Amino acid sequence: MDDLLQEFIAETRETLEALSSEVVAWEAAPGDRARLDAIFRFVHTVKGSCGFLDLPRLARLSHAAEDVLADARDGKRMPDTALVDAVLAIVDRIGAIVEGIAANVTLDDSDDEALIAALTRVEEVVATAPAPRVAGTPRTAPRSIRLNVDLLDRMMSGMSDMVLARNELARRLRDDVLDPRVEAALDQLSLTVADMRDTVTRTRMQKVDALFSALPRMVRDTAAELGKAVSLRIEGSDVDLDREMIEMMRDPLVHIIRNAIDHGIETPARRRSLGKAPTGQIRVTARQSGNQILIEIEDDGAGIDVARIAAKAVANDVRSAAEVAGMTPADKLRLVFEPGLSSRDTVSAVSGRGVGMDVVRANIEHVGGRIALDNRPGRGLTITIQVPLTLSIMSTLIVAVADQRFAIARQTIEEIVKVRGDQVRIDPVGDIKVATVRGRRLPMLALAPFLAIGEGEPTTLVIVSTREGDYALGVDDVLDTEEVVVKPAAPAVMGTGLYAGQTLPDSGMPMLLLDGGGLALAAGLRFQQDIIAATEALAPDAANPALLFEDLDGARRAIPLGAIDRVEKASAEAIHRSGGRTRLVVDGATIPLHHGDAAALDRALARGTIEVLRLTDGEAECAYAIGGALEIIQLPADISPAADGPVLGVAVCEGRAIEILDPLAFFLDSDVPDHGEAAPLCLLDGAGAAWMDRFLRPVLEAHGYRCTLRPDGDEAPAVRLVMDEDAVAADRSDAPVLRLCRDREGACEPGSIYRYDRSALIAALAGHARRGGR
Amino acid sequence: MPLFLIACIAGQGVAFDADQVDSVVDIGEIVAVPRADPSVRGLTALRSRVVTVVDTRRSLGLEPTAPHVRRAVITQQDGHYYAMLVDALDDIETFETRSMPLVAPKEDRWSRAADGMVFRNGEPLLILDLAKLVPQPAAMLA
Repeated sequence: MDDLLQEFIAETRETLEALSSEVVAWEAAPGDRARLDAIFRFVHTVKGSCGFLDLPRLARLSHAAEDVLADARDGKRMPDTALVDAVLAIVDRIGAIVEGIAANVTLDDSDDEALIAALTRVEEVVATAPAPRVAGTPRTAPRSIRLNVDLLDRMMSGMSDMVLARNELARRLRDDVLDPRVEAALDQLSLTVADMRDTVTRTRMQKVDALFSALPRMVRDTAAELGKAVSLRIEGSDVDLDREMIEMMRDPLVHIIRNAIDHGIETPARRRSLGKAPTGQIRVTARQSGNQILIEIEDDGAGIDVARIAAKAVANDVRSAAEVAGMTPADKLRLVFEPGLSSRDTVSAVSGRGVGMDVVRANIEHVGGRIALDNRPGRGLTITIQVPLTLSIMSTLIVAVADQRFAIARQTIEEIVKVRGDQVRIDPVGDIKVATVRGRRLPMLALAPFLAIGEGEPTTLVIVSTREGDYALGVDDVLDTEEVVVKPAAPAVMGTGLYAGQTLPDSGMPMLLLDGGGLALAAGLRFQQDIIAATEALAPDAANPALLFEDLDGARRAIPLGAIDRVEKASAEAIHRSGGRTRLVVDGATIPLHHGDAAALDRALARGTIEVLRLTDGEAECAYAIGGALEIIQLPADISPAADGPVLGVAVCEGRAIEILDPLAFFLDSDVPDHGEAAPLCLLDGAGAAWMDRFLRPVLEAHGYRCTLRPDGDEAPAVRLVMDEDAVAADRSDAPVLRLCRDREGACEPGSIYRYDRSALIAALAGHARRGGR
Repeated sequence: MPLFLIACIAGQGVAFDADQVDSVVDIGEIVAVPRADPSVRGLTALRSRVVTVVDTRRSLGLEPTAPHVRRAVITQQDGHYYAMLVDALDDIETFETRSMPLVAPKEDRWSRAADGMVFRNGEPLLILDLAKLVPQPAAMLA
């Protein structure tokens, strides 16, 4: 709000200055229409801003003046000297009040009414002399100025020229033997230039709040105009975005929100009849994800009527009936982006202004962004706008591939590993390669052959994380990190989908910024879960992969690979003991650290660092202390169940008996399992099926149950396992349902079991299986 | 009368509308853009700006321009700067434009980029629309 107020003051001062000559001219010629218009616009603007900024006194004054001026413009009143005087008195008073606000001084408002009354007096000599300008309030120096973006651009490009000139100078000077004094001066210059560049770059950044701050008012006005109740929630206002990008996003965002209120949110009466809360919700969120800014606009209105859109497309000759008939629902939904389509039959004053979603999409794509729709008919619509961080300064890693250099956004990079050494193994798997980095398997993309700019094996892997998953990008070398200003490249370059933009680093040679997600997509990388799923589909009996490691007590044990997030070293200081439990400090929080032999752990800690397995089930995390990771093995199908604690069972692998640890036991401390009945089939169902497949299947199978993800026509499952929040479709099968809940508290509900409570789960299963009559 | 920049591409005299031309330069070193359209020769720095270098011959469906060719016409399209490689540059003159002679429409890239013609000393020069020579992403068509 403070920023807005400052802006209002700056703007009003500016207009007043510009207006001063108009005022004088108007005094001389009250009938001059152009002057009248200029002053009308001024009071109108002030009135508009005041309502928003909650400045009732200014609002009252400007409103009164606006009314009189409107009459004059409509010819209802002749602009005579009295009117001119009265209006000018008000304009002067507005100026004085604004200065008062700037200086934080409250002005006496007793004669405001007299000024307003003077406006309505016709053809009388005004008794009140024009209000004296407020003397004695020293004009405070403005804290901010407004700049044209062009000027910022010129500053930026001048800055880059300066950097290039400095580099050229340095090159020339270093050809000769350099006088240390010259060198010191050059260093000083370099430092200043770098500092300056940083400052100039920062002038271009702005909080996305600048984009969002106008929304509450707009939502209120639009909702009022349409007789709808809408509540707006804004999240993530502190994300930084390039000023220019903010400007480019302004119109699309306003349009989308207007659409949401006009077409999406139903009237309160209609919402009530639909069983929704009468007040519609709109949520606008901004967040940074990798090298993209995501802006999400979510409403709980009616969503898009796809059939209507399709019919409209036919009616407006955008598509033929035959074309539409052959379209998938998703294709039909995308028709909203076609020019000449509005989902409403009646054009309303609010959103039917001829600017449609086609313009919105064009604007967003112009800045290298993307727009996606998630339509939930009857329940709402989520529009996700993804714009690159381009135009903004970005911290990047410079990699060399063949004789070219590319930049990669630092925040998308998890780590960098050299291919030499024992920690990394690269195996061809069919037509792709899989890199195994410290027991973690990642799909690999060798950049040089993929870009067709070189051959040869990569020497360095950059682990890139994308929204779909992580992968290893093979490059020849990692050179440096550099802060660069990224701009969108030409459409033909962006159209490859491989690049997030271009930049001109200090070297003076243009460089492309790689788009981690785009590369993975273009190369058709499949991520971990897909690889595992694919191998399982080929051979359903195939064993599960597991990491074989040497435990602290020297024994060889294995743990299913799916449970391991990563293997890392931890220093002894990061390990704390309290209340008989051991915990590991990770990123400012602690997670439980499990270990086999307490004495062995002490011995290992005495050496300073230990290796730990970081385990996760996707939500909870814990760690297991080990002596060292050995290799990935395939667990055989038959594991003899063991009865004690964290050991799931014993498997024979390459002639040696290996204890298989049960990751489940670590998530629920240890527990002694009951032995269940034999043979029944468990259907792992609902959204939690994948989790169950990964974590419960080994336990269930170890206890003599069989598991399936899809109900088989021939055999009805004895028990269905679902996560608590899943809705149960009753008609699927008549098998009893066993509900698992995510936290302990939920377990008190009848029929639901805490998902890590292995003994309760097995006991309940056994009960159901018996009652099922099998 | 409109002003034209006269150039030569693959032996054909061509004219560009001077309003489309930002400047005429000899460009420096080019950084390739792997996997982009073949008509994208690469990127180059022009003062403090990154400029996309277009192999104009490729845009016209011809053999690639020789690697040593550095002369280019700078044009701005949709907020992006492009350096359009040309074999030679001649002069700037004003001309009366004529529409293209009526020939059977061919699926030929010259005629798609052409926008009429002018005559200089009796020699016909094809007016090329620089906007139509700028490569567009293939994905947009989908």
